[in-house]
Amino acid sequence: MPTAPKSFYGYGIPYLKVDNLPGSLIVLEGTDGAGRSTQIEQLVPWLEVEGYAVAQTGWTRSPLLSDTIDEAKAGHELTVTTFSLLYAADFADRLENEIIPALRAGFIVVADRYMYTAFARNAVMGADRHWTRQLFGCALVPDLVLYLKIDAEHLVPRVLEGKGMDYWESGMYLALGSDIFDSFRRYQSRLIREYNRLAQEFKFITVDARRPIETIQAQLRHRISAHLRARNHPTVPPGTPPVADTD
Amino acid sequence: MLTKPHPYPGKLIVVEGIDGSGKSTQLTLLHRWLVSQGHKVFFTEWNSSALVRRAMRRGKKKDLLTPTTFSLLHAVDFADRLNYKIVPPLKAGMIVLADRYAYTAFTRDVARGVHPEWVRGVYSFAPRPDLAFYFRVPIDVALDRLLGGRAKLKYHEAGMDVGLSRDPQESFRLFQGRVLELYETLVLQFDLKVIDAMGHIDSQQHIVRRMVARSLRDYAGTVAEVAIKALHRA
Repeated sequence: MPTAPKSFYGYGIPYLKVDNLPGSLIVLEGTDGAGRSTQIEQLVPWLEVEGYAVAQTGWTRSPLLSDTIDEAKAGHELTVTTFSLLYAADFADRLENEIIPALRAGFIVVADRYMYTAFARNAVMGADRHWTRQLFGCALVPDLVLYLKIDAEHLVPRVLEGKGMDYWESGMYLALGSDIFDSFRRYQSRLIREYNRLAQEFKFITVDARRPIETIQAQLRHRISAHLRARNHPTVPPGTPPVADTD
Repeated sequence: MLTKPHPYPGKLIVVEGIDGSGKSTQLTLLHRWLVSQGHKVFFTEWNSSALVRRAMRRGKKKDLLTPTTFSLLHAVDFADRLNYKIVPPLKAGMIVLADRYAYTAFTRDVARGVHPEWVRGVYSFAPRPDLAFYFRVPIDVALDRLLGGRAKLKYHEAGMDVGLSRDPQESFRLFQGRVLELYETLVLQFDLKVIDAMGHIDSQQHIVRRMVARSLRDYAGTVAEVAIKALHRA
């Protein structure tokens, strides 16, 4: 069964042709601490062993803007509007320079977060939902969105064990709680509620991120395999060696 | 937004037009006059916020920008200035003069290839100006003025990144020609006040000042001035 051709989420980018993109765009979504990067680290070598060429892309990792975003976050000078626009610029830079070229070359693109992160955050920050969606009208609709669902209770210890609570991930600028812990819990609860809402609206494939890492990985592989089986992919059939190194 | 009047006591006056239309000269003269009339005036210009300066410079120098990222970086600049430079003086009741506004994005970015409705959506948070002037000028006149002032046309100003022509002058003609066509479509939609930028500088300024004076008829001054007046009356 051939998959539907790719399309833009909104008005799109008129100067880009997206009707011939044989690759697959697979997105992992979920709040920080849900285990996205751990899972991706294991998914990529598995896909390559299966014979697929893989390209990775991550939120705020564009060469054009990652420094600017880091600096602006450190300076706390951002508003919800400038924050969203910077994210969108970062996203567009990666979309045009990394994601679409890789899809055109038949790669599987694994995206650590996608526009839904902006939708969830902006909703919590109080930005106009309609505006955020218009902004990301330039985005390509992914082939598969895997959502690592967790609740705030399970998230708190993981984040404390990991890199700790940071100012932005705790929503401190919203002044939700008396200290960073309170603020983190409230902010993340709201964020998770938004993700859950988006999961329904955009038909994410939800995976319970409270389970052990191996269980989650097995479920993700199962879902991805099903997708790859379903799509018509004459250029890189499973089992053939990877097309190219992605360095 | 851009269709509803803003709720602030200040006044927002913007100038638009292609490079070489003389809009900045006109805005400077207007600024002088408003200050001489005793008004509190704040000036801001396109692409001047520190937030994206580095990314913009690097992107332009290395030709890393696509029409979409070019558009979004300018939107970041605009949103940053709106928040820190435009809205606060408007809330304080000052007169804000802006050299270029969202309409610049609706022409330049669309001429570069982004979707016209998408870019309107991106800027939908922008308040509507109280007065927006469009300085209309033919391409050749703009080119003559620019070449008279400095020897070379700037890369992006000539739309060289779009790849319409390798010759900067020809590229400018083609790119800014498209921008001019797009401005014409905005005149009615956004009620831009067209000024014939071929006229004498002083006669253009005369028209501008007359229109500004009319727009300031319901203007009471800054919040502080209004408070002092009220105190004197009491």
